[in-house]
Amino acid sequence: MKRQVPLMLVFTLALVMIVQYFVPNDFSLDTNEFLLKWIIIIGIFAMALGIWSLIRVSYEKIRRRVPGWQYPIATLLGLAAMIVFGFDYGRHFYTQEGLENYMFIHLFQYIIIPIQATMFSLLAFYIASAAYRAFRARSVLATVLLLAALIVMLRFNPYLGTFGVYLEKTTSWLLNVPNLAAKRAIIIGLGLGAVATALKVMLGIERAYLGRD
Amino acid sequence: MNIFDRLMTLDRRWVFLFVALVCVITYAIPFTIKLNKSPEVKAVYNFIDTLKPNDVIFVAVDYDPSSLAELHPMFYAIVEQAFRKHLKVIFSALSQNGPAMVDQVIKAVADSVKQDGTYNGVFYKGRQIEDGVDYTFLGYKPYPALIILAMGQDFRIPFPTDYYGKPLDSLPMMRNIRNYDQVKCVVELSSGSSSDMWITYGQSRYNFPLALGLTGVMSADYYPYLNSGQVFGIMGGLLGAAQYEALADNPGEALDGMRIQVYAHLVIIIFIIMGNIGFILARRKARKG
Repeated sequence: MKRQVPLMLVFTLALVMIVQYFVPNDFSLDTNEFLLKWIIIIGIFAMALGIWSLIRVSYEKIRRRVPGWQYPIATLLGLAAMIVFGFDYGRHFYTQEGLENYMFIHLFQYIIIPIQATMFSLLAFYIASAAYRAFRARSVLATVLLLAALIVMLRFNPYLGTFGVYLEKTTSWLLNVPNLAAKRAIIIGLGLGAVATALKVMLGIERAYLGRD
Repeated sequence: MNIFDRLMTLDRRWVFLFVALVCVITYAIPFTIKLNKSPEVKAVYNFIDTLKPNDVIFVAVDYDPSSLAELHPMFYAIVEQAFRKHLKVIFSALSQNGPAMVDQVIKAVADSVKQDGTYNGVFYKGRQIEDGVDYTFLGYKPYPALIILAMGQDFRIPFPTDYYGKPLDSLPMMRNIRNYDQVKCVVELSSGSSSDMWITYGQSRYNFPLALGLTGVMSADYYPYLNSGQVFGIMGGLLGAAQYEALADNPGEALDGMRIQVYAHLVIIIFIIMGNIGFILARRKARKG
């Protein structure tokens, strides 16, 4: 029963969702709306579970003094701070004028934005260094990759005059022909894979989501 | 160690130093660069530009502050263009860090639109932008795929109230708007997988015109959707944002940033060429000897 009930539920609900997708009448739309509300509610419970999991994992790392145990303290403090300052406490956090919670908006603007922007900006330096080391004409294919990269990087350079126009046309061809063909093949492959996996889950062939018990 | 070996094994800190110097110098010296406009960016601009007053567009802000440099400028330019043209805008933020950024942009653009302005030779009189009349900000909800699907049925399923806690039915502009059917287009600004969700669960299912604003590294992945007609325009990275600003005659941070990007790319290209010269000459020498 422990396995049959979930398998039956998955099969029935998957069948309902497939049928409602192809039958656009009122009953089908109402069923879809009802199920969407349920999915959102379940999703919110999953988020609570995620927060609980983060707290538990961080706490365990601190308790066992694993290497780098200080970092989970910062994680937990950050989590607590954003929750504490995220509440309104009757001070009209949500107003017509927008966010008015002084601490929340300042934590966001002066901590989260600079941290994330800095982390991402550092990538520019690493990409420059990686490009210098990796883009070597070691083989025919590597040379093709190198040339394609140079053309795409130079395409919007305003100092190349007429040559720049050719580069732009070549870039457009690269993006719309070889890139498109490769990406389309990957996307179609992924799509077929997703359908196959969904069918395996629906028919009970793929049961990993049930766990080991 | 000869010159070829040195060219090949240059300490990466030199690369960092040169990139940093170029970024700082080009940032400090103001000058403008001329840009060509790509068809995929023009398509987005022209679509919004040809809409009539009171038409509704949906702007989905699904990026984090890490991509702010690339995506914020196009967000500013699109919102200002829409407000100047008296379009109504529905905003959503399906990234957890999105709401504060949307709020920030709405305030900034509303301040700018209060002033008279001339864009592409057309004069626009300054006006007051009102919440619930000119725009609705739906706010954030987790699980973007589910929210995109639910909004296709009715915006009120995932968002019974707007970001500021007001019921959607109480907002004048939302009275006759139920779902994507009443929206002229969706502009999705994204730095992650939410673009796939908008294509799969939004455009493919509900068949609305969809434009994408993406980070530079993502944009090549979405050309198949442009070619298939599922997406009618793409603004890729800082270049896409700069092209949009130029088209809208509203220069901002993207056009500013392009100076830096052009020269930083030149430095990287020079390093790549240097590395390859060293590599080819060293290989030739090894073959001879």
